[in-house]
Parts: sequence; C-alpha cells; structure tokens
Amino acid sequence: MSLFEFVMQYWPRLLVGTGMTVAQFFLAAILGIVISLAMGLLKLAPSRPMRAFAITYIEIFRGTSLLVQLYWIFFVLPLFGFSIDKFTAGYLAVGMNIGAYGAELVRGGILSVPKGQWEAALAINMTPAQRMRRIILPQALVNMLPPWGNLMIELLKGTALVSLISVADLMFETKQINGSTFLSAQAFGAALIIYYVLARFMVTPFMRWLERYMARKMGRA
Amino acid sequence: MFDWKWEFVWEILPRLVQATGNTLIAAGAGYGIALVLGLVLAIAQRTPYRLLTFVVRELVEFIRSTPLLLQIFFVFYVGPQFGLRLSPWMSGMIAIGLHYSCYLSEVYRGGLDSVPRGQWEAATALNMTVVQKYRRIIIPQAIVPAVPGFGNYLVGIFKDTPMLSVIGVAELIHTANAIGSEHYRFLEPYTLVGLIFLAISLPAAGMIKVFENFVRRRMGMK
Repeated sequence: MSLFEFVMQYWPRLLVGTGMTVAQFFLAAILGIVISLAMGLLKLAPSRPMRAFAITYIEIFRGTSLLVQLYWIFFVLPLFGFSIDKFTAGYLAVGMNIGAYGAELVRGGILSVPKGQWEAALAINMTPAQRMRRIILPQALVNMLPPWGNLMIELLKGTALVSLISVADLMFETKQINGSTFLSAQAFGAALIIYYVLARFMVTPFMRWLERYMARKMGRA
Repeated sequence: MFDWKWEFVWEILPRLVQATGNTLIAAGAGYGIALVLGLVLAIAQRTPYRLLTFVVRELVEFIRSTPLLLQIFFVFYVGPQFGLRLSPWMSGMIAIGLHYSCYLSEVYRGGLDSVPRGQWEAATALNMTVVQKYRRIIIPQAIVPAVPGFGNYLVGIFKDTPMLSVIGVAELIHTANAIGSEHYRFLEPYTLVGLIFLAISLPAAGMIKVFENFVRRRMGMK
C-alpha cells in the first residue's frame, strides 16, 4: 500500500490524533510560558529563599528526563493523593519541563536589557512592578523570542511522549494503526510528515511572525 | 513518609545500578555515532555540490523537528517490513545516534563557520589538499568554540535514553517499569530513577564547564 493510499484510508484517525497533539501542545505551551515567567523572575528575585526555590525547580526539571517526569507525575503523584487523569498529566509534565528551560531564557532576556533602562525607569519614579511590566519585560521579550522558537519545536516533539501514558495523540494513533495493520513504513512515515508539517509550516512561521511583530511594536524593525 | 519503604529501596537498588550502566552505555554509544555522523553531515553541507548540500540541509531540518520517539519506532518497525531485522539495541543506537548527529552537525557548523577565512586561504597557499586542510587546520580550530554545544548535547542524549525503553532496551526506565509491575510499587523505582538522573546530569554539567575552560586555556584562547 502506498503512503497516499494509506493516508486516504486512515486520515480520520490521523486527524483525531493530530487534534489531540495540537491540544496538548497549546495547553503545555501556555503552562510552560507561565512557569518560565514565574521561575525566570524568581531566579532574579532579591530574596534568597525565592531564588533557591527557582533554582531547585529548574535544576530538577532540566536534570531529569521528560519521560521520567511524566511517569512520576502520572504513576507516583496519585500515591500522594493527587489523582490526575492522563490528559492533564500529559500537558502538565510537558509544560513543567519546558517551563524550566524557558525560565533560563526569560532570565537571560531580562539581563540583556541595558542598565540604563532600569535606571531611567527608577528616575521617573516607577515602582519595581511597573518597571518590570512596562519597561523591562517588553524589551526582554523581543530579545528572547528567537530561542523560544526552538523551544516551541522541542515542546511539540515532547508532546509525543504523552502517548506512553495512553493519551490518544498522533503518536498513539499511529502506534495503534501500526499494531493492527503492520504497515509500519506508511504509518510512521505519515506521522513523521505530519509532525514535520506542524513544526516547519505552523510553529516556525508563527514564531518568526511574532518576532517581526514584536520588533515592529518596539520600533526596532 | 508516604509509605516509602527503605527495605524495598535496598532490594531494587542493585538492579537499578545495573540499568544505569546500560543507560550510560546507550548514551555513550549513541553519542559516538552522533559525533562522527554529525561531522559528516556538517561537511556535506559545505561542499560545492548544490544538490547534496540542499538534501542534507533538509534532512537535518526534518530529523531535528520530528520526535525522537517516533524515529525510534520507525527504525525498529520499518526494517522488518523489508526483511531487515534489527535488535532493540541496534535500532535504538541508530535512531538516537542519527537524531543527535543532526543536532551536533549544527554545532560543528557553528564551529566551522567561526574559523576565519584567512586560515582557509593560508592552508590553500601552503598547497594543502582539502582533507589536509580540514584535518590539520580547520577542524582543530572549529572544535574549541563548539565545546559547550557538545557538552550540552552529551547531557541531552543521556536524558533522552529513557525513550529507548519503548522498544525494550533495558535501561533505567525500562527496569523501573519492570520492577513496578512485579511488585505493584511505583513510588520507589520512579523516584530513584529521577534521583539517579539528577545525580549524574548535574555533576556532568559542572564537569563540562571545567573541561570547557581547560580546552580554552590549552588552545591559548583565554
């Protein structure tokens, strides 16, 4: 069976799987961005315990595998009384993992804002919160967007792991189809192409657009 | 604390230590493949043959933007369909080596690009062949700025080895799964696996920094 015939026959299942992958991607991305911001800011906080907390979080999530984190959240956390369904466990693990990597980008972005900007904000009597929100973060965002593009691709690839706790994403559907038809080259080949299209023609162009849009907004285009 | 059983920990620790060995072997072998293949992929993108350059470039992009997990399944299951039966270890090493060779080719590329043009011209002036140029002049200088990248991906490949468990390579997570289903206890095995990963990757990251400084000093770049 050719790849084309295969896709014509199994497209409904591939589509459902892709939908789940996209859902996991968006939820994990939102969670990851929130955690990145929080941990990136905490790592720069003046208070020592706050910094220690952020460093511990980042080192734990960057020092172990995403798969280990996923299994731990799904199989071990219920033993502590936090029962979560597989869908939530999936994007929770991927998002928390990406958040740790993103936190370093946020931190780097904030540190890359010139010192004069901090001083100028202080000089016009802004509170630290105002300074961060109005002056520093927007400029930091522009500086850190290019590496975020790569991180979003890593995030998309990371969502494939949720299939291992039986979330019915693209990877999972592909494995099921392979299991019942043994058309391995067609099944895995089609999935590879779908992931590639998502990464190359959706995520990357969007991030490039966002970079240009933000640069224009900041008057840097 | 939360039904944590130390006796169980001591009982399963030897098996996990053995599995840690397998994980390290898998990471090392995969990295070895990636180091060699990565250089080939990087140099292939610098040849005057436009078609080759284009194909290799697209291949690297393709492999880099699709999930390793899927690639592992692909290598493992597609072979038998065409009569080529690979062991789990073999397919795992091919998949992870190929995946990381694409990342490392980008690291090599950055390093090669950072060698000043004058070095190429000087090598040409000395009448060196292309192979001599790369081997004696360009590659030694390209490696130094690339060391941090190499280090990061060494830790990266180590953290990606758990994915090999899906095709039955007996590394850490595979062993933890087996222990968990034999004893119906997942708390200790998975927690220990997490701790083992931390205990290896954090010091490794530190050691890579030290090594980076050593290489820089050694090459007179600091």
